[in-house]
Amino acid sequence: MAIAELRQQLIRGEVSAREVTQDQLDRIAAVDSTLHAFLDVTAERALADAERIDKARMAGEELPPLAGVPLGIKDNLCTKGIRTTCSSKMLENFVPPYESTVTNRLWKAGAVLLGKTNLDEFAMGSSTETSAFGPTSNPWDITRVPGGSSGGSAAAVASGECIAAMGSDTGGSIRQPASFCGVVGLKPTYGRVSRWGLVAFASSLDQIGPFTSCVADAAELMNVIAGHDSNDSTSLTAPVPDYCEKLREPLAGVRIGLIKECFQQEGLNSEVKESVLAAADSLRSLGAELIEVGCPRFNDGIATYYVIAPSEASANLARYDGVKYGFRSEGAESLLSMTSRSRAEGFGSEVQRRILIGTYALSAGYVDAYYKKAQQVRTLIRRDFDSAFEQVDVLLTPTSPTTAFQTGAHLDDPLAMYLADLLTIPANLAGLPAISLPCGFDSAGLPIGLQLISNVLDESRLLQVAYQYEQTANVMANKPDGKFIP
Amino acid sequence: MPATIAEWEAVIGLETHVQLGTESKIFTGASTSFGDNPNTHIDPVVCGLPGTLPVLNKKVLEYAVKAALALNLNIAEHSKFDRKQYFYPDLPKNYQISQFDQPIAEEGWIDVEVAEKGKDTYVKKIGIERLHMEEDAGKLVHAGSDRLAGSTYSLVDYNRAGVALAEIVSKPDLRTGREAAEYASEIRRIMRYLGVSDGNMQEGSLRCDVNISVRRGPKAPFGTKVEIKNMNSFSAIQKACEYEISRQIKAYESGEPVIQETRLWDEGKQLTKSMRSKEGSSDYRYFPDPDLGPIEVTEELREAWRNELPELPAAKRIRYVEELSLSSYDARVLTDELSMASYFEDVVKAGAAAKLASNWITGDIAAYVNANKLNFTELPFSPKDLAEMIKLISSGKISGKIAKEILPELLKAGGSPEKIIDERGLGMISDPSTLSDMVDELMVDYPKEVEAFRGGKKKLQGFFVGQLMKITSGKADPKLANQILLKKLLG
Repeated sequence: MAIAELRQQLIRGEVSAREVTQDQLDRIAAVDSTLHAFLDVTAERALADAERIDKARMAGEELPPLAGVPLGIKDNLCTKGIRTTCSSKMLENFVPPYESTVTNRLWKAGAVLLGKTNLDEFAMGSSTETSAFGPTSNPWDITRVPGGSSGGSAAAVASGECIAAMGSDTGGSIRQPASFCGVVGLKPTYGRVSRWGLVAFASSLDQIGPFTSCVADAAELMNVIAGHDSNDSTSLTAPVPDYCEKLREPLAGVRIGLIKECFQQEGLNSEVKESVLAAADSLRSLGAELIEVGCPRFNDGIATYYVIAPSEASANLARYDGVKYGFRSEGAESLLSMTSRSRAEGFGSEVQRRILIGTYALSAGYVDAYYKKAQQVRTLIRRDFDSAFEQVDVLLTPTSPTTAFQTGAHLDDPLAMYLADLLTIPANLAGLPAISLPCGFDSAGLPIGLQLISNVLDESRLLQVAYQYEQTANVMANKPDGKFIP
Repeated sequence: MPATIAEWEAVIGLETHVQLGTESKIFTGASTSFGDNPNTHIDPVVCGLPGTLPVLNKKVLEYAVKAALALNLNIAEHSKFDRKQYFYPDLPKNYQISQFDQPIAEEGWIDVEVAEKGKDTYVKKIGIERLHMEEDAGKLVHAGSDRLAGSTYSLVDYNRAGVALAEIVSKPDLRTGREAAEYASEIRRIMRYLGVSDGNMQEGSLRCDVNISVRRGPKAPFGTKVEIKNMNSFSAIQKACEYEISRQIKAYESGEPVIQETRLWDEGKQLTKSMRSKEGSSDYRYFPDPDLGPIEVTEELREAWRNELPELPAAKRIRYVEELSLSSYDARVLTDELSMASYFEDVVKAGAAAKLASNWITGDIAAYVNANKLNFTELPFSPKDLAEMIKLISSGKISGKIAKEILPELLKAGGSPEKIIDERGLGMISDPSTLSDMVDELMVDYPKEVEAFRGGKKKLQGFFVGQLMKITSGKADPKLANQILLKKLLG
């Protein structure tokens, strides 16, 4: 059920918030032992919150915009009084004494917390397999990964465990799992949504965004979470439009750019390519103009990202030392051994790998060759986009070169895993908003995702194009067919 | 002619950490209050909890820029914060937010007046390399023993973590321990004038690290640099430098190497001792902090802040000597504290002679203020009233002795000296005919003494002055009284 429809039903009294929440909790109880999308389910609180919404409605109060909308929240967003683990042993028992700005806005808007969703440890991964608490399965085929790092949120929305969910995207962690799970995932402009309370992975790249089952719901959620926050120095002050307003505007005259370099990728699966190009054709039939554009540095994104993101991460994760909170190794004899053993035992191997890469890239003698060089390439990538947006309004690419891969397929090959983010990373490096939405299925019945990228702060355009496509393509009518889950 | 070996010369530079006296910390609203129970001024940002973000306290930027302007530094229009990374439990995030290659200010100088007993006072211009903003660390308390060596565990107090610091780095322009101490003292004086720091060394709001080496004369290359820490007074800075200079010279002269290291000043033993050798410099893996945007100081803002700067101690010292004809010693004493200088200036403005005002203020009044741990601004005795008292003395209405008598109650409760004098009839008797009558009576009462005086015992003039003062309870105008007495006694 879409958020707007739920709101109407609630207002008309056709359904109660409690019933909606209970249905979701029942759904979670039925399928989550198979999927493992949730790390913690906050049933008691969810029902109490829903009942409060029902009481307010019965008392004749005007309902807030997200009244009774049950949400899954990625477990790297701090929730006051509720364990926030980042899927790491390091934070297994960490209970934040404060609430993230995004979740705070969501609760104020009447949304209901169903629970915290699984992720790759500290959001480092593309398959949700690096979670210290076990992987999440793809609802379309449980032998496959849901993507990552926000795999729990994507799987939860795809399987109907929640109406919508929140994720974070540093190099594709919303869009790639959205693509693998056949849902909508939006990464807003860097700075559009406050990062206060998001456990940092790579601060200059991290953005929070929604997972939804339709484009309109993404717009509804953006209306609540976007906006300036004085607790985040990188938060933008630009006014926030009504993201629902432009959805229904026709596409006539909209210029859509196909990034040449993306479609020439060797690793690009041919079924994915065909499906995405077919989607581009339907956009043309809707009145949009298709233009081929070049982004010569696009494919350098991945190398650039894997220097910048680990560099920032190596500093961001230095605070986990066993002194103040989080995991502390027992029996250490000295300060040095307490710190090093706590980190060796508390972090998983992928997190350790990235800390090592980042520490190396920032070390004296290497910082110029790696970190500074990567920052220069980042500027070049941003310039490529700048010149592309002189010609077009929106860029179109596949979200991921492939559909969901088998669990374990890339676990021993980090480079292959990193390539899953090849097409999503450049938008993070340039701070641009981007959306992934389903555009078809491969021969194995797995969803294929289409990525749209717009200029900074042009989320409305992104949502408009996505919405117009969605209305005609009718891809969303397909649901996981119950082959693996009821 | 045999070549002479050049004299040893010390090369000293100071790194001064000044805690900026803002109410809240540099990146969060937690209080900066000192001396409270451990971990009472902390919040999620101070503790580096996951998901927290720093937001620059605008007051810190203002204080840092004002401090930099007062040190004649160039203010950067664009600067940034960097992360300085090292693991230590007093550093909650295991990186310190500091400024690396784009500090808020660079290239400045101050004039330092160097005064030492038995030597000529001179003014020396000391270059300042840079000033940057950063956050302070917390404190470790070692438990289980009163010394680190025997302690069984350590506790950490984050009250100080995140307090704003300005780090001021001097150029290696200092040559003696005294110069180093005077430089540090002038930095503190300037910070206090600006009101950006209390500069309390005991509480750690002003901390100095010394970099010191020696060489054979001013043209020789720099010797091996040693860093000294742990001095918590200006005299400790001086003594530590002096100790270290002679230690290094002795080492060189006896053929022992001076190694690059950090040494601690031991105040009890009055010597420096090796803490750790610093052969390879640490790799702090600096990079720009992505959580904080660029720091922008527009010309407009900078000039607005410049206009708010008070007259600084060096300018005051010059003005007091040149315009008010005070000695450089008096000028130095008066300008040490802004409140004293302002008090002095208000007294002069109210019409008192500068030299007399200076004498009273640096003498009895300063003694009272210090003894009672007051500030001049808290003194009940207003500058206007002091000026009135000085004028009463100058005009001959009261004697200095009477002024000293009424001073204690004026200092305690304030009030108009003239009113007190009138109420109590303490004014001087300076009417010649009254004094003349009194002298006549005395001469009648003491005929023998008059005779003796006229016979040559001129010392007896003092006896008559004494008697006159006795009769008038000390109120007779001493100058006039002497004149009249002498005239009458001589017949």
